Amino acid sequence: MIVRILGEGQFELEEGQVASLEKLDQELVAALDANDEPTFRDVLTRLVQSVRSGGTPVPADRFVPSQLTLPPETASLAELRELLASEDVGES
Amino acid sequence: MGVMKRLTNIVQAKANKVLDKAEDPRETLDLSYEKQIEQLQQVKRGLADVATAKKRIELQAQQLQQAASKLQNQARQALAQNREDLATQALTRRSGIATQLEGLKTQHDQLAQQQERLEATTQQLQARVEAFRTQKETLKASYTAAQAQTRIGEAVSGISESMSDTGLAMQRAQDKIAQMQARAGAVDELLASGTLTDLSGSSDPIQAELDKAAASGDVELQLAQMKAELNPPAAAPSGALGTGNGGPADASEEPVDGELVHDGPPAKGAPAAPADPFTLDDAGGAS
Repeated sequence: MIVRILGEGQFELEEGQVASLEKLDQELVAALDANDEPTFRDVLTRLVQSVRSGGTPVPADRFVPSQLTLPPETASLAELRELLASEDVGES
Repeated sequence: MGVMKRLTNIVQAKANKVLDKAEDPRETLDLSYEKQIEQLQQVKRGLADVATAKKRIELQAQQLQQAASKLQNQARQALAQNREDLATQALTRRSGIATQLEGLKTQHDQLAQQQERLEATTQQLQARVEAFRTQKETLKASYTAAQAQTRIGEAVSGISESMSDTGLAMQRAQDKIAQMQARAGAVDELLASGTLTDLSGSSDPIQAELDKAAASGDVELQLAQMKAELNPPAAAPSGALGTGNGGPADASEEPVDGELVHDGPPAKGAPAAPADPFTLDDAGGAS
């Protein structure tokens, strides 16, 4: 499973690690919906760090698409919202 | 859908735009490589923009520092001239500058961070573009329609994703720059309007007031000396001329003689307003 941290690069993770990522992802969605910046910060940091420490960086000469993508670790709630908003524009 | 999946779709949607253009997968490789080179150049320009924005903030901080130390000197001068009002004014402005400086520092730190990240991203992209260049030739050489379709497709979308990511990182940096430029413009305006003191000094109201005060202080001093010389009755002891010459009884005569010797004409004009000469002359001198 290839996961990209935006602005940082790709990491390869074992399939078994994905479940815990998805749980954190749900927490992130909840924080986003609740507009809860502190929780958002905390969850995003944990998410990014678990990918970084649990995965191995994909070497520069290996070209593979990612299955999952994370915002930059320092992204704010507003920034993520803006990123996600480009999805709507793209789809319409 | 989770955030991670949605972001993946967004990044890949952007990345796939490159893929749509060519029909033969081998052309896709070349086209993709061209785009990568373009992207790298753009990122390098973006990095230069960040550096410029950072430099501008550094220059502004220097100007503000100078303005602050100037205001502190002015406050000292003002106090020495017993102008507490001016000193207060100068120090108030100085604390305003301190606030501005704090704001600039935060922005500077953010830009430095942004620059660092963008540099790392660029280096990574550069390495990938380089690796892609060799791989695309291998892929082309070993091209057989059956399997190459997928392998090329994967390689191209892999690198395109990296490009799209770099594009996002650059956009992020540019957003930060835009925010900062708006603020930097405000500081420039403040400096230009002289609110934070103009360093040439000519249009600085506090300095003007201090100069005026210093000048009028000189005038007052000179006037006082003149009057001391001119005024016959009580001023005699302080005049340089008659002090040692005689007792109080003679005082009325002696200074008059002295004055006549030194400054004939003014001595005759002065008695016209003997009662209140200081205030009148003061007013005249100050205005």
